[in-house]
Amino acid sequence: MTYLLLYIEFFKIGLFAVGGGLATLPFLYQLSFKTGWFTTHQLADMIAVSEITPGPLGINMATFSGFNAGGILGGIIATLGIVTPSVIVIIIVAGILNKFIKNKYVADAFTGLRPAVCALVTIAVWEIVKVSVFDFKLYEQTSNLKDLFLLKNIIYLFILFILIRKVKLHPIVYIGLSAAVGIFVQF
Amino acid sequence: MQDKNISLLDLFLTFAKVGAMTFGGGYAMLPVIEKELIDKKQWMTRQELMDFFAVSQVTPGVIAVNTASLLGYQKRRILGALSATLGIITPSIIIITIIALFLKQYMSAEITERLFASIRICVAALIVNALLPFFKKGIVSLFTGLLFAFSLAVYFYFKISPALLVVFCAIAAIIHNAIQRKTAK
Repeated sequence: MTYLLLYIEFFKIGLFAVGGGLATLPFLYQLSFKTGWFTTHQLADMIAVSEITPGPLGINMATFSGFNAGGILGGIIATLGIVTPSVIVIIIVAGILNKFIKNKYVADAFTGLRPAVCALVTIAVWEIVKVSVFDFKLYEQTSNLKDLFLLKNIIYLFILFILIRKVKLHPIVYIGLSAAVGIFVQF
Repeated sequence: MQDKNISLLDLFLTFAKVGAMTFGGGYAMLPVIEKELIDKKQWMTRQELMDFFAVSQVTPGVIAVNTASLLGYQKRRILGALSATLGIITPSIIIITIIALFLKQYMSAEITERLFASIRICVAALIVNALLPFFKKGIVSLFTGLLFAFSLAVYFYFKISPALLVVFCAIAAIIHNAIQRKTAK
């Protein structure tokens, strides 16, 4: 019975969380209050672990929460639940798009969607950069501009960026490198 | 383009690879998709990926899964969508289950935070690098440049939902191009 409930709850999250993995977080907090399958403290730990393990954040969170609620099978069922609405909606949408892709209005719409996507990815990067290389909290306290910038982190970001552009190895190589650096250096 | 030469197993394995190499949420998978699907496999172009992202943003669910389903559907219809989706979630299920079963007690908050802080900076650098070629494909005219600037401004000032932003830009482009066609006549 728990399994069926798990599937339904995560199906609902998959259906209502529009905008990706982070959009699922408010729903997971709600689920924690409603069902008691996991505590909000556990949820915070799950987010941290999901960020440093491979896999899309939303999927990792689903597997993790499902595991806490119902063991190995619970993790699998919750994950299948969260992706089911996606797959159904996408199959319908892709079927319709295929029919109308040559329609001039659809083509026009996509010329507007591309700059929007550029903006959204820029925003996503900014949200990461903001918390990685700036210390807004300390700056608010001291109002000292020097406290706003985490110099070590900025230098590290810059070095990585140059390496990525010049050496062009697979992205996973740089992730692995950063994990190793993270063991020795506190950012 | 539908492509029977791409096997369902190939779709599954390729997206399993993408899943296993993505760290973080949403667009964090961009650098890996670029490497594996655009450069190596040549299953799609940058422009198509942008279109997939746009659709993924306005449809329910995790962006990575939506993008996988879209490409899978494009190549091998419904079975393709299912194979790609199962591919992208399989590494998560395996890795998270192993962590939850055996490793969680060793992952102290201190260690996870250290690794997270370092990996996060790397993910930012990787996305910026992957984003640059996107600008060339997406911002191709004064109008698209304005849409880009407008989207950023509206998001930062009003915190409007990304899905609404995407819908607005699509409508604006339809109207703009219609007016342009009329005046050209």
